[in-house]
Amino acid sequence: MKHTISVLVENTAGVLSRITGLFSRRGFNIDSLAVGITDNPDISRVTIVADGNEHDVEQLAKQLNKLVDVIKVQSLDQEQLISRELWLVKISCTPDKLSELKNITEVTGAKIIDVTPETVTLEISDWGAKLMNFKALIEPFGILEMVRTGVVAIERGAGGIGRK
Amino acid sequence: MKAAEAVAKCLKKENITTVFGYPGAAVCAVYEAIEKEGIRHILVRHEQNAGHAANGYARVNNTPAVCIATSGPGATNLLTAIATAYMDSIPVVFITGQVSSDSIGRDVFQEADITGASEPFIKHSFLVKEAASIPKIFKEAFILAGTGRKGPVLIDIPEDIAEEEIDFKYPEKLSIRGYKPTTKGNKLQLKRCAEAIAESERPLICAGGGVLLSGATEELYALSEKISAPIVTTMMGIGSLPTEDERNLGMIGRFGKEEANIAVNKCDLILLIGARVGDRAVKSPTFIEKTTKIIHIDIDPAEIGKNLTADIPVVGDVKNILSALLDVVSERDVPLWTTKKEDNKEKTLAEKLVKRVSERLSDGGIFVSDVGNHLITAANNVSLKKGARFFTSGGMGTMGYALPASIGAYLASGKDTVAFIGDGAFQMSLQELATVKQHNIPVKIIIADNSSLGMVRDYQKAKNLKEFAVSLDGSPDYLKLADAYGIKSALVDEESDIDEMLDNFLSAKEPFIILCRTE
Repeated sequence: MKHTISVLVENTAGVLSRITGLFSRRGFNIDSLAVGITDNPDISRVTIVADGNEHDVEQLAKQLNKLVDVIKVQSLDQEQLISRELWLVKISCTPDKLSELKNITEVTGAKIIDVTPETVTLEISDWGAKLMNFKALIEPFGILEMVRTGVVAIERGAGGIGRK
Repeated sequence: MKAAEAVAKCLKKENITTVFGYPGAAVCAVYEAIEKEGIRHILVRHEQNAGHAANGYARVNNTPAVCIATSGPGATNLLTAIATAYMDSIPVVFITGQVSSDSIGRDVFQEADITGASEPFIKHSFLVKEAASIPKIFKEAFILAGTGRKGPVLIDIPEDIAEEEIDFKYPEKLSIRGYKPTTKGNKLQLKRCAEAIAESERPLICAGGGVLLSGATEELYALSEKISAPIVTTMMGIGSLPTEDERNLGMIGRFGKEEANIAVNKCDLILLIGARVGDRAVKSPTFIEKTTKIIHIDIDPAEIGKNLTADIPVVGDVKNILSALLDVVSERDVPLWTTKKEDNKEKTLAEKLVKRVSERLSDGGIFVSDVGNHLITAANNVSLKKGARFFTSGGMGTMGYALPASIGAYLASGKDTVAFIGDGAFQMSLQELATVKQHNIPVKIIIADNSSLGMVRDYQKAKNLKEFAVSLDGSPDYLKLADAYGIKSALVDEESDIDEMLDNFLSAKEPFIILCRTE
């Protein structure tokens, strides 16, 4: 089962290596990991999507909590989270196919951000199934290159990590 | 003052009077400062042993001890000592010199990324980037090493930073945002413990190293009396109560006492106290989960549920929890149940020697065992009176631990200290005989000599493998070796030698080596 875990960490050198080291050392499998600074420049926020049973995820959270650089760990309820991932995708696309592609971007909410006579670069921000659907739609064009940010997530409603 | 002087001042503020180490170019400024500050330095003959010596020292005082090494190989030689301290939750602050900050990452002479290398088995580490942060880093390091689940912490100080001028002000108090160990037990959980104890017919206490680390031996004994429960220990828990006490059923596990393991199988409630359910102590946790109700008390929440699922987990400091539990638990006015039986097995010479020596240890005396077959002999035959201690490298099983650890243990305690060492392990640390001699440290060393790596040999035999690479032919004559170092020695060949020799052995004001041949 997929679990999404938010982690607030000290924004110091070495913190990411401590976290990733922990994963490999304790044998946790990570689907994605995204890191960025928060509104407080001293604190970064890491979003981890991990696959595993309840016991594994509980251990993962406990082991993360033991790291001194980790300030707070919260396992987000799958029902109660808003998650997004940003993709940049470069595909083959000649001008004659552009209108077909425009239909796809309109339906999926993707944006065309760069065009050459042979290629188009697309940007999309969405979540899980919708992104997979987008991928299926553009695959026939031929994907040349693709980059994903990894999932970031936040709790729905007024509550949140470090807030009650 | 110079940042290096600030380092020595920080150590003074933390009441450090003795450090163990090995100097080198990158850490010379720090050495100069500790000399000026009047801190005693014990020069070892290998950095790893400085770490083990600090380990022994820390275990006596239950507060952080300090070990210093230089950059590169000096630092990497500490790795085994760091891992050893980590596995047994021993508070040691490791200080390493590092190459100049502008050289870091250029692979200059004696450069090694020690914070990176030690990361998998250290509680926390610091690479000092600003000289002014030294007082704060040291304060944090001592807090981290000595509180919560204790453990090793490393401070890596680049050579140029040690020479910078700073204003010294040591923080009195400090809060670390990401570090808030739970020390007090949850009241509701304690109530549940009391209920479970009241309902049980055969409660059993299993005392781990956490009992000693939190200084809770009195509370442990009081609880055992109040709820009429016998006590088994893990290897790290040996010495939680006197060996010959009727409540003590001995060490559990694969190499433990039969009666201790039977007790684990027979009890209907087990209180695991400061024990992490290591694989050597509890081979099949799932069996216990099925047959027994489990209360698990530990300072580290990650240990609860890691190897075994507890019915009632209680997170916090063992001493706090046991005193709180003593207040809520009702007295069980029933006779103590037991699995103890008469031990009629014929003992070997080494077993007899361990028993006779250890039972003579004064209050606060320490029996340090190295790792190998002789550790099993030691663990099952030491006979400790109240207050006597038993040290070994329990989690990591580090050969070569006992001699340097006994040096640290003696310097911290000033009490009888015996190192019991197999000939394999002895040859991993025998260079420290020079340290013993140089500082006239009156540790008593027993070499259990079977001319082979006995534990590996037995393992090969059990697995029907060919006996291979376990013969220690070529080993020196240990009595001559002792002589070469100017250390007195004697051979114990038969039982009658033991008592005659023991009269002078422990009381000698200088180091002494006993050689005992074993199987």
